[in-house]
Amino acid sequence: MLELAIGIILGCCALGAGTAMIAGIGPGIGEGNAVAKACEAIGRQPESRGAVTTTMLMGCAVAETTGLYALVIAILLIFVAPGHLVNILMNTLGR
Amino acid sequence: MTQDSKQTQTNTSPDRHFAATDRLLLAGMILPLLVGMALKALFVPAAEGIEISGAYIFLTVKLPLLGDWPITETQVNSWLVMVTILFFCLWLTHGLKPEGGTKRQHVAEWIVEQTDSLVMENMGAYFKNFSPFIGAVLALSAFSSLITLVGLYPPTSDINVTAGWAILVFFLITYYKMKCGPLHYLKSFGEPVAFLTPLNVISEFATPVSMAFRHYGNILSGTVISVLMAAALQGLTQLLLGWLPGFLGEFPFFRIGLPAVLSIYFDLFSGCLQAFIFAMLTMLYVAGGFPEEDYKKKQAKKNKKKLKAALSTERFQ
Repeated sequence: MLELAIGIILGCCALGAGTAMIAGIGPGIGEGNAVAKACEAIGRQPESRGAVTTTMLMGCAVAETTGLYALVIAILLIFVAPGHLVNILMNTLGR
Repeated sequence: MTQDSKQTQTNTSPDRHFAATDRLLLAGMILPLLVGMALKALFVPAAEGIEISGAYIFLTVKLPLLGDWPITETQVNSWLVMVTILFFCLWLTHGLKPEGGTKRQHVAEWIVEQTDSLVMENMGAYFKNFSPFIGAVLALSAFSSLITLVGLYPPTSDINVTAGWAILVFFLITYYKMKCGPLHYLKSFGEPVAFLTPLNVISEFATPVSMAFRHYGNILSGTVISVLMAAALQGLTQLLLGWLPGFLGEFPFFRIGLPAVLSIYFDLFSGCLQAFIFAMLTMLYVAGGFPEEDYKKKQAKKNKKKLKAALSTERFQ
């Protein structure tokens, strides 16, 4: 039984980590849009290339934040959560 | 003859001193990195396969009141980075001349000018004294991330470091928001509509959290992906070249060179970009939170009062 419980914990942590990374879609679309618009702007006004590139990189970095939150949660679920949860299980079982 | 020899002596000895100091400063730049590598080679256990661990704890100091105080790889490497930056700056500014000057001086001048213009552009004239701070943030952040290039643990991939910087920036933002008095600061939470106050409070605290997580997450994701990539390339070599006899079958051929391409993006580009973004966001938040117009009005009122008071005292006299 104990093996099954630990297996469920590990499996669910991995599933949760994988599901969390669905958030990667959002920043991907957002950054793609930002870069596309920046390319358009540079095409229209090649002389403003420097300012547009800096602003675009800034915007991309800010848009990336949500994806990074997901990444942090996924890393926590893979590397930190299993140990904690197994400890809790052991404590409740009294072993 | 004696005069000549004296002249040559006076000419050469300062040069020799200069060169010696130069070498000392260069040694001060490189030695911390070597010390870091030596510490890593001596104490930190080597990772095997896919293993992503946090900072290694060198030793735990027991303090009477504060409890256990672990000294981690992060702290040691941050201090090493700071020493390196200090000696780098000293080396750049060694032997400054008002006219002409060496290449080194031009680089130093270029750095200072760029930082100044960046701060002036993004923060305005009121904050022009901020450029040393912004330069320090940029240098510390960039060097902390770039330290991965020599194989050391980057301090910025530890949440504690970036969270510390973000909290410092949060205090700066709050200080400049309070420039018009605490009442004005509290009133700014009720804008534009009063019932948005809880949301405004949350967004106030979300600023440092997002700054810390952004920097830390970017650097950490680079490390994680490099480790996964190295493991994947090893697996690929075993799959494709595993049939080779003896040593050739075990040697991970695909791990030569290919990870370096990723390293250019994740270590060089991402590290510098994140440093720039952290500094940029610091500037924007600090300058954006500062109520410039209200502050100017307040200063003008104060000046008027002072003038009036001065005038009245003059009349009485």
